[in-house]
Order: sequence, then C-alpha cells, then structure tokens
Amino acid sequence: MTRGGSPCFHCGEAIPAGTVILARIHQREEAVCCHGCKAVAEFISGAGLDDYYKYRDAAAARADEVPRTDRWSAYDRPDLVERLTRPEADGARSITVLLEGMRCSACSWLADKALHLQSGVLDVSVNPATARARLVWDPAKVRLGDLLRVLEHVGLRPHPLAGEPAEQFAIAERRTALKRLAVAGFGMMQVMMFAVPLYIGESSGMEADIRELLRLVSMLVSVPVALYAGWPFYQGAWQAIRARSISMDVPVSIGIVLAFVASVWNALRHQGEVYFDSVTMFVFFLSLGRYVEMIARHRAGSVADALARLAPVTARRAHGAAVEDVQAVELQPGDEILVRTGEVFAADGSVIEGDGRVDESMLTGESTATPKPVGATVHAGTHNLGAPLRVQVTAVADRTVLAGIVALLERAQAERPRLAKAADRAAAWFLGRILFGAAAVFAIWWFVDPTRAFPAALAVLVVTCPCALSLATPAAIAAATAALARRGVLVAHSDALETLARATHILWDKTGTLTRGLIRVEEIRTFADLTETDCLRLAVALERMSEHPIAKAFLASGSPGTTASEVEVVAGQGLEGSVDGRRLRIGSPSFAAGLSAARVPAALEGESWVCLGGLDGLLAAFRLTDQLRPEAGECVAQLAQLGLASEIASGDEAVCVARIAERSGVTSHASRLRPEEKLARLKALQAEGKVVMAVGDGINDAPLLQGADVAVAMGHGSALAQTSADLILVRDSLEELPGTVALARRTQRIVRQNLTWSIVYNLLALPIAAFGLVPPWVAAIGMSLSSVAVVLNAMRLSRSPRDPQGRIWSPSRPAEVA
Amino acid sequence: MSIVYLLIPLGLVLVGLGLWAFFWAVGSGQFDDLDSPGWSIFEDDQRPKADGTGDDGKPR
Repeated sequence: MTRGGSPCFHCGEAIPAGTVILARIHQREEAVCCHGCKAVAEFISGAGLDDYYKYRDAAAARADEVPRTDRWSAYDRPDLVERLTRPEADGARSITVLLEGMRCSACSWLADKALHLQSGVLDVSVNPATARARLVWDPAKVRLGDLLRVLEHVGLRPHPLAGEPAEQFAIAERRTALKRLAVAGFGMMQVMMFAVPLYIGESSGMEADIRELLRLVSMLVSVPVALYAGWPFYQGAWQAIRARSISMDVPVSIGIVLAFVASVWNALRHQGEVYFDSVTMFVFFLSLGRYVEMIARHRAGSVADALARLAPVTARRAHGAAVEDVQAVELQPGDEILVRTGEVFAADGSVIEGDGRVDESMLTGESTATPKPVGATVHAGTHNLGAPLRVQVTAVADRTVLAGIVALLERAQAERPRLAKAADRAAAWFLGRILFGAAAVFAIWWFVDPTRAFPAALAVLVVTCPCALSLATPAAIAAATAALARRGVLVAHSDALETLARATHILWDKTGTLTRGLIRVEEIRTFADLTETDCLRLAVALERMSEHPIAKAFLASGSPGTTASEVEVVAGQGLEGSVDGRRLRIGSPSFAAGLSAARVPAALEGESWVCLGGLDGLLAAFRLTDQLRPEAGECVAQLAQLGLASEIASGDEAVCVARIAERSGVTSHASRLRPEEKLARLKALQAEGKVVMAVGDGINDAPLLQGADVAVAMGHGSALAQTSADLILVRDSLEELPGTVALARRTQRIVRQNLTWSIVYNLLALPIAAFGLVPPWVAAIGMSLSSVAVVLNAMRLSRSPRDPQGRIWSPSRPAEVA
Repeated sequence: MSIVYLLIPLGLVLVGLGLWAFFWAVGSGQFDDLDSPGWSIFEDDQRPKADGTGDDGKPR
C-alpha cells in the first residue's frame, strides 16, 4: 500500500489508500483517517470549537479508537472521587490530570474551552508544557466522570493523577534555575558596563581612584554571580570528584573558581588583571544552556508521569455477586476483579472466568492479541480486548511486571553510564590540551623571563577556559539543538549529540518504530464471483461485532459495511454470522472453509491470511500486515551510507520480523526477545566496542533505550520510552534520523574547530598582550573578534544545507559522510 | 568625574530592585506557563451560555 494522497483533517497523518471516511464539519465533508478521528473532529466542531483547527500549530494525536465512555464510570461515584481529589473552597473539588495527545497551545485552549462548556466547572488551568490540567469543579453540579469524558471526546485522553510530587519538583527546579539565570544575566550586564570604561581607560588613561572603584564594584557584582548562579556547577563537580570520575562540571568549576579568585586577589591588591567580565559571561551562557536543556528534559516527561498513563487508578472488585469500584492501590493479592472489554488491567493476576484476548504489545511488542483462557496470567497495564474477565489478583503495585520494568529503568537511569562517558571524553580532551598549553607557555617564559612565567601561565588558564567553554561548545550545541527542533527532533540530553556522532550500530524495535504499529488489510484475493469491494463490505459487517485488533484493521479499511445479525464469536477461530441473508464465517482459513467443508488452497498456508467463507466455499482471503513506515527503507539505507549497521531486536514472531527486515533492508534480526534480552543484546554489542543507538517506541523498549549510548524515541510512542530517550522524533517519522546523525557529526567537527581556535589564539595572543608587546586595545578587539568568530562558526549549524526534498541531508552529499 | 560615585551606587540599587521584582514574579508563578495565556484572548468571545444554547439561541 502506498502513502495516501491527502492528510487526515484531524491528526494530519496520511490517509491509507482506499480509505474513505468523511467527517461532517460545518456542512462540509473533510476526509479523516479513521473512525476515532471522525468522532473527535465532529465533537469539536459540534461544540463550536472549530477555531482549534485554525490556531493549532501541530497536528493532533491520532485517535485510534472511537472514544469509550464507560471507562470513566468509576469517577462518577462520589465516595471514590472524594478520596482521589482535593477539597477547595465552597465545597468544590480539584484534581490534576495528565492529558495524553497534547501537542501545542491550541490543544490547551481546546481543553479549556471544552470543559468550560460544562456547567459546574469553576476553574481550569492547562499547562501545555507539562501537558497537565488542574480542574476545579462543583460536585453538586457536575460529575468528574463527565469532565473526563469531555476531554476524551476532544481527543485529549485524561489520566487523573492522585498526587503530584513530580510536577511540584519540576516547577521548583524551573523556578530556581530562572532565578540563577536572572542573577547571572543582570550581573553580566552590569560587569560589562564597568568593563568597557576599564578597557578604554587602559589605552587613553584614567584616574587611578575611578579605575579602582570600577574594579571593586565589578567584584561586588560578581560575588552573587559566582556564588549563587554558579552553585550548581560546583555541586556537579563535587559529586563527580567524590565518585572519582570527571564530568564537564569539573573544568567548568576550575575555570570559574580560578578566574574569580585570581580577579578578587588582583582587585584587592590594586594591581594585575581582573577577569570579572569573563567570569559573569561564562556563568550566564552556561546557565542559559543548562536552562534550555532542563526545559527539554521536563517536556520529555518523568517516569512517574509515564506510570500514571499506564496503569488505571481504579479497579472493579467483586465479592461473589457484589461489585464495587475501588482504588487500584487498595487491591490485595487474592482479590477478584472484573475487567470489561476495552479496559486495562490494574494488577497482575490469573484468569478465573471468561475467555479473554489481551493486547500485550506494550510488554512484549507482539502485534496480535494473546488468547487468555482460564488459568492464564495477565499483567497490569495490558489491555483486555476480548470478553469480560474475572481475574484473581496475584500481584499489585510495585510487585507487578510493569513495576519491575520501571524499576529496571530507574536503576539504569541512576547509573547514567552513557552521560558520564560522553562528558568524560569531552572534558578530558579539553583539559588535556589546556594544561599542555599552559605548561608550554610556562616553559617558554621560564627561558625568556622566569618572574613572568607563572602570571603568563595563569592568564592562559583563566581566560582560555571561559572563552572556550562558555562559547565554543554551548554555542555549537545550542545552534544544532535549535536546527533539530525546527525539524521535529527534540534533544533531551545535549550530551547525546556528541555520542550520536560516534554511533556505529543501530538497534531497531519493530512494532511502532520500523512499522506504523497498525494492522491493515494489505491484499485481497477473491475466490468466488464477488468483487473485492463486496467481500470487504461483508467482512467489515462481521468484524464490526468484534474487539479483536484484526477487526480494527478491517474497520480502518473504510468500507461502509452492512448490518450483520446472529453474530457469534468462536474463540481463537473467528466470527460467524448472517449478512444480507447469507451465512458467513470470517477467521482462520480452516475455520472459514469449515462452513462449506471446502479445501483450503495451498497458497494460503503459512502466511497470516484471514479468510471469508460461505456455505458454498471460500469467498475471499485478506492478508493483514503491520505496515512498514514508507520512509523506513530509505532511512536504513542512508544510515548504512553513514556507516551505521542496522539490526532489529523485536519481541514479535520470527515470521513477521523477517518480513519487515527484508523489506526495510536490515540484514540481521532477532525475534521474540523480552526487554531484558534486548538489553543483553545491547550489552553484547557494547562489549564489542560498538557505540549503539537504539530506536524504539514501547514500554518494552524502555530498558533498551535507557542502556543505549544514544536513545531515540518515536513521538507517538509510550511516555515511558520518551523519558528514557535522548532524542525524540516529534513528528513520528524516521525521515529526519539520517540528517540528525549527519548534523551531530558536523556539530562535533565545529566544536573541535572552535576549541582548537580558542586554545591556539589564546596561547599565542594572551602572553604577548599581557606583557605589553601589543597595545591593550588591539588585544581587546582581538579577543572580541575571536569570540565573534567562534559564535559565527557555530551559527553555520543552524543554517543547514537543504536538498530539494527539504531534508537536512541527502545521500548525494558525500561530503557529510565522515 | 565625581558624579560616578553617585551614579554607580544608584545603578546598583536599580539592579537590586529589578532582581527583587523578578524573584517575586518567579516565586508567584508568573513564569510557570508562558504559552497558554496567549490563548486567553479567545476565551471571552462566543462562550455559550450554561443552559445549553449558543449565543444565537440555537441548541448546541
């Protein structure tokens, strides 16, 4: 199937070829990609909120299924709501909800407007940066369940949060960082103002007492900058030293402390150079870089958020025939819970009644639902697609498999191997050269004039560190980050660019990464005198009665279908029912053929075919596949050209993995891997000395992403995967990945150029200037020009060359293959 | 040039005031959300009445 022509009116994704679903918006019909998007778009329009489509600057999240309203019934019960929410003035209640699918400010506007249409809503504050909304409502006028239903109807799936420590922590961190940034910024401006007259005074003469005043005032202003604004760097450096490692904070702190102490010393003894302007500028630019990185990290979300999206807050506990809604944390092992069709399991357990089908793709990556007969084990966070189940709880809260994965993740996060390694290399590279340069200057001056050797070496150390570290590296990284953000690549950890440039190997997840994660009807073969369209129509009529993921594939085909009657589900086989007066079966080939006792054609063996059969033989066979992303093949080829070897590590069946591997051009692949096996494969590659980039989207990829040298998550992937990622492909497309690698390599080259330039220039120019061999104003202009050159060189990254398709990089640019 | 002995402390006092005001603004949450207030200008027009009808009186 090729990429469809027009994009979906609601979510902007390409509409699969052959799909015709129209949403009625203002007497006009707009094409959408699925019934979920249709429902959302019609609701938004029906509520008079069409402005959303005018003002939004990012497409909406795809609404995969038609909203289910009974998911929120637990939130209609006053006693449960009372325990989950906080009291406000005048009997009102408040709760914070996480909104999934929040993409831009227009989404927050939409949530706000849609909620205010309900009577009884007192206050709504939506924060688009953290995707959280705080609702205050009057429980006497409106139920919380209704508010949550409204949010789901407009395509923003709410996840009520019981507490909010992570959110409070993020806000506090952000506020402190802003204050430090302000102190550094104001301080820098003041000191610069005093530095200019000092520089001019050097050449044209200045009264000694005014010169001393300016120097002392500069010192006064620099004290809070160096002590308050620079504090996080000293903390980081101290932690690194205590852990017997070296991080970027170490040379940064050495630079600040040396320059500051030397300047204070010189200012107090009224002679020698002061470097307060360098110190404040250094602290300001570094704080700015850290601040930008922190914002990106907050946007990527926290592990706690991710958990909130996965496991439901409430469960239905059964005592014999009586059923009550309880909070998930109140469940005990041995309790019996009822899980209806479409609901998510709140705890691990074993099935004691019912014949279920469970979507476990988030744990295993398997794209089809797993049958769960009586006695089978089910896991918290997975999705019940089949019949309602009665489950005996075996593990709750932190003992579930899901919690185990999260714990694995937190441990990996705490070790932070790749961050430490990357910073280690850069810092060591830089420190080595600076120390070597200072030693060389000291040695040379020792022969020329031993009394000047030490001040000269100090001048090199003190001025080179700030210049190189505050400008050379951050400017290049900031320019590259901005260029990538414009292309829909979010950089959550700036150190990742350095590692990305050295990556040699890519581990791909399959479902949702190389493929779109959606099963679609790919091929139809007919056996009787019915057309493909007719067969599809009959199939859709039957499948409409099913919750199976295969049914979604048929419904998404866009065929209108007709009504079916007497439909019954035969577990593990398919569906049987009457359509247009014909007795029909749809399901596995042998099941469908069973109605007429016809033979199954040999061509249908082996592959995953779904057959439609009638009383007089087989009518049609449908081949369903998880579609490869259209850009996947080209992406793999381009990455290979950049010298990166690809490998698929999937939790899915071998046949599916092999087919996708062949189509995307990946030669090596492994299937049926559990998360820890994926991680083991990664460690094996790393042990061979490979620098591994991992690309994934699911919960089951999160440990893999966390352990990888560079982790890339898909924009539509699970929140947990995104918290582990260094880079997030916001547009949910692989297209920009080769360009990102190429840009990371260019960034690395430019950083090296800048550092080399700073070191060489300062080594040559400083000692000469310090001892009056050139006039001070020439040295000052030279220093400024040197800094400008470094910044301009970095800015080249933000004006990336484009090829005709608008990508950053194309294979026809061999110069980029470093 | 002795005027600088007045102007420089004056400048420092102004910077101190500016910083104090900024700290106050950060502390009271003015900088927690910089995006959505821009959308608030859309909030007042066309807000349908609570009785379930729009401004034009037609049911929603």
